Parts: sequence; structure tokens; C-alpha cells
Amino acid sequence: MAYSEKLLDHFKNPRNVGTLDKGSDSVGTGLVGAPECGDVMRLQIEVDKATNTIIDAKFKTFGCGSAIASSSLATEWLKGKSVDEALTIDNMAIVEELALPPVKIHCSVLAEDAIKGAIADYQKKNGIPVSEAALAKAH
Amino acid sequence: MGNRLIYLDNNATTPTDPRAVEAMLPYFYEHPGNAASRNHPFGWVAEEAVDYAREQIAQLLNVDSKEIIFTSGATEGDNLALKGVFEMYQRKGNHIITVKTEHKAVLDACQKIEKMGGEVTYLNVGRDGLIDLGELEAAITDKTILVSVMWANNETGVIQPMKAIGDICAKHGVLFMSDATQVVGKIPVNPKEVGVHLMAFTSHKMYGPKGVGALYVSRKNPRVKVTSQMDGGGHERGMRSGTLNVPGIVGFGKAAELARLEMAADAERLSKLRDKLESALTSTLEETYVNGNREHRMPHVTNISFKHVEGEGLMMTFNQEIAVSSGSACTSASLEPSYVLVALGLGDDLAHSSIRFSLGRFTKEEDIDYTIEALTQGVNHMRDLSPIWEMYKDGVDLESIEWSEH
Repeated sequence: MAYSEKLLDHFKNPRNVGTLDKGSDSVGTGLVGAPECGDVMRLQIEVDKATNTIIDAKFKTFGCGSAIASSSLATEWLKGKSVDEALTIDNMAIVEELALPPVKIHCSVLAEDAIKGAIADYQKKNGIPVSEAALAKAH
Repeated sequence: MGNRLIYLDNNATTPTDPRAVEAMLPYFYEHPGNAASRNHPFGWVAEEAVDYAREQIAQLLNVDSKEIIFTSGATEGDNLALKGVFEMYQRKGNHIITVKTEHKAVLDACQKIEKMGGEVTYLNVGRDGLIDLGELEAAITDKTILVSVMWANNETGVIQPMKAIGDICAKHGVLFMSDATQVVGKIPVNPKEVGVHLMAFTSHKMYGPKGVGALYVSRKNPRVKVTSQMDGGGHERGMRSGTLNVPGIVGFGKAAELARLEMAADAERLSKLRDKLESALTSTLEETYVNGNREHRMPHVTNISFKHVEGEGLMMTFNQEIAVSSGSACTSASLEPSYVLVALGLGDDLAHSSIRFSLGRFTKEEDIDYTIEALTQGVNHMRDLSPIWEMYKDGVDLESIEWSEH
């Protein structure tokens, strides 16, 4: 199975690897997947409360190359977006951007779930009603 | 650095030894005959070449050349042995005993046999990959016709106690079959000595060409018969019809001869390289485990789990340069890791973290040195990226987390 250049680039030079302070109430954390399934994605966002804008995003992923590239790409897309815009990120956009093969589509689904999980976590922490789009996916 | 290609996946297939290729070449154009054409020189030459190869293979195994039935490979040999015995010995019984860590060629054939009215017992293995002889003996009933145990496992290289199994089978008058795909041509294999009556193996795992294999079928003490699964011209003493693949068989024979002469030296050299690879990786990288019994195993194989790193992702860090295989199949079709490693009692997480290295005749020491370096870098890269490695390092109990299965 040949991977796209973009995917390989995200895999070899992953963007925004790291950890934000999950105790901070401006940070939302999404943790999806399970070690037994071979994929665990942790995606975090830091939100500027005044503007409702994502000012930083970090990830760490245990998984195959497609899972790592999907989460790396997701963090890139999140930065600078408003929370509402972030909720519109669709897994199929990730599939297209990275040219994921059909057997790897679940990696993009996981990334979308992680985004929504992080937003739901941020909203819960701050007493904001969790957006319906985030609720649907947040576990 | 970018243009080296290192092949450490010799349990999947081996390169064909150039000396075997050379032996094959005249049998494509110069000697095109059908070995079953008994009435002209083309046929005679082909038949002579096949007889010679049969003898080369028999010598490697210390058996009679008449006991070698040519097939298309080990999958066919496994199917012929299992289904052929099941049909031939129906009057004696319908029970077969095998092991959970067998190759799919055996397991799937057994499932088919169950659909045909057979009963199959699948033995467990311990953490070391070995079967329990007591469990085997207890499973034998008066309906048991066959015990099928692979000589060595393809994923872990663990070698079963063949002589002890053979003795139990002999004591109970049960036939003993073995999938010997991974051992023939690599270590001394003598079916008569250990009491194996049927044994499937293939050319392409022992530096011969693909598409040709053999089934050893004992002719004396006991004389074993199998019902043919491929009907036609009655080739191979009626057990396997189909025009013989003469060039393939010639290459297979040559590969067997080379193995007989060189396998001891190969095994000694490769076990040193394997041990070097294994000890370098397990000593440099923490939380790294060798899977399966380390004493009873093939000299050229090691299967290592790198905890909290996913195998397929790890492979992607170096697979432009190094070919290995992983126990993790992370596709939507199959999220399940290797059933062999799971049968050993590894958690799914460790099974997902496994890499199999299988060295071969053409592996050089510099390949191993390069692999040690690339693997170390790859594992560190993946661990830097791994949230569960971070949690482990922070002392978080991973069992306590409520994971979202997907």
C-alpha cells in the first residue's frame, strides 16, 4: 500500500506533538480509541475564552502511520479556528487531504472524534452547554 | 542511507538461491518435456530431472524418495494431508487434534473438516508457545485419527517437542502430521526419527522457487494413504494429479541439496546475528519483550514486543529500508492482532506492539547493525508520540482508564 507524500510528511515530521495542561480550564482534552484496538489518540485544544478561538492544539497518538498523520493534520487545522468552526471538521476532509486508503478511514473517524471530545471537555469544564455536534461524538 | 534495502522477512518467503535458479533454467526451453510423457526423450529427460530432485529432497529428510509427493506448496500439502486422511480413515474415526497457533492453512482446513462432519480439538499453548503434552494425550479418544502439530511456528519460531508428541501418537496408534514449512532446510528434520507420518513443506521458504512444495507420506510402519483432493491424471502415485512443475521441482531439489550442505553453518551464523539483534534491542530499549520460548526455537527468528508502540506504525518509520512483519493488523477489516500471539496469552496491546524479524542466508552483519540503529530510533520516535507511553511514564495505571472502543 503506497502512502501519499502528505501522509508520509505528517508521519515523519508530525506537527504539534505534545501535552497541554489538562488541569487548566482553558484546555480541552479528547482521548479516543483503546490500546487493545491498536489506536489511542489524545488531542488537546487551548481556547481563548474571550474570542472562543483555539489558540493552541497538541496531540499524541499510539497507532499506525495513518492515525498519526490524521491527528497531526487535525491539530494543524484546529489552530486559529473558532470552536464552532472546529466542530464542522469532517473526517472525509482528512481522508481527502491525506489520501487515506479505504482500510484506514477509521483513523480519520478517530481524529474527528478526538476533536469533538476535546471541545466537549472544554465546554463541560467551563459550564458551557456542550454543542450538539460535539455531544454526538464525545464518549 | 536511503538506498539500502534490508530483507528480514525470510519467514514470509526467501529469495531463490541463484544456484537453484541456474539449475532450473534449462527446464524451461531446452528441456520442455512433461514428466508424464513416457514415450519420447523430452518426457524422459523431465522425468529424470524430477526423480533426481525427489532424491535430493528425500536425502535432506532421510526418507525414501517414494515418500515425497510434489504439490504446489505447503498450503496444498496441509490440505491434502488433513482432508486426505479424514476421508481415507473415516471408518476408523472422525476426530483430529491440532493447535490454536497453527497456520491458517491447517486451521481453515480443519474448519472445513468440521463442516464435513469431523470433530476437531484445538490445543492451547502456554506463554512460551509450547503445547502441554498432558493436554494432548488427554484429548486423544478412540475416534482420533490424526494429530497435526506444526514443527515450528511461523511468527515466533518456537519449536514443538516433536519426538514426545510422536511417542504419544505411536502409543495410541494415531497418525501424526506436521506442517514443517518453517523448519525444512533450516534445521535438521527427520520425520522418521520423531514419528511424523505426514509432513507438508514448501520450496520458497528454503531458498527455492515459489509454487512448488511437497508432502512427505510415510510408506512403511505405517503405510499411510491419503484420498486425493485433486483428481485427474493420477500423478504422484494417485495422491496428487496435475502436470508436474518440472523447473520448479528442479529448483526445489537443488535448494534441498544446498540446505543439506549449508544449513548447519547458516544456522550457526544466523543465530549469532539474531542474538546480537535481540540483545541490542532489549538492552537499549526499556519495556521490550521477546515473545515465545527462547530455548526451543528457530535460530533465525525473533519476535519482539515494544510496549506502547503500535507495530504497523513502527514499521512505517523504517519500511523504506527494512522489511519485517508485524503482529498488528490495523485495518478496518481486521482490528485484531495476531491470533498466534494472543494464544500465547499476550494482551492485545502487546500483540499490537510486536515485530517479527526473520533472518536468512543472505542477511549480513551490517544489515543487523543498521536494523538495530533504525529500530532504536523508530521506537523512540513512536514513544515520543505515544500518549500511553507518556501515561505509563507518569505512573498512570492504563487498566484504570475507561477506553472508548471503536
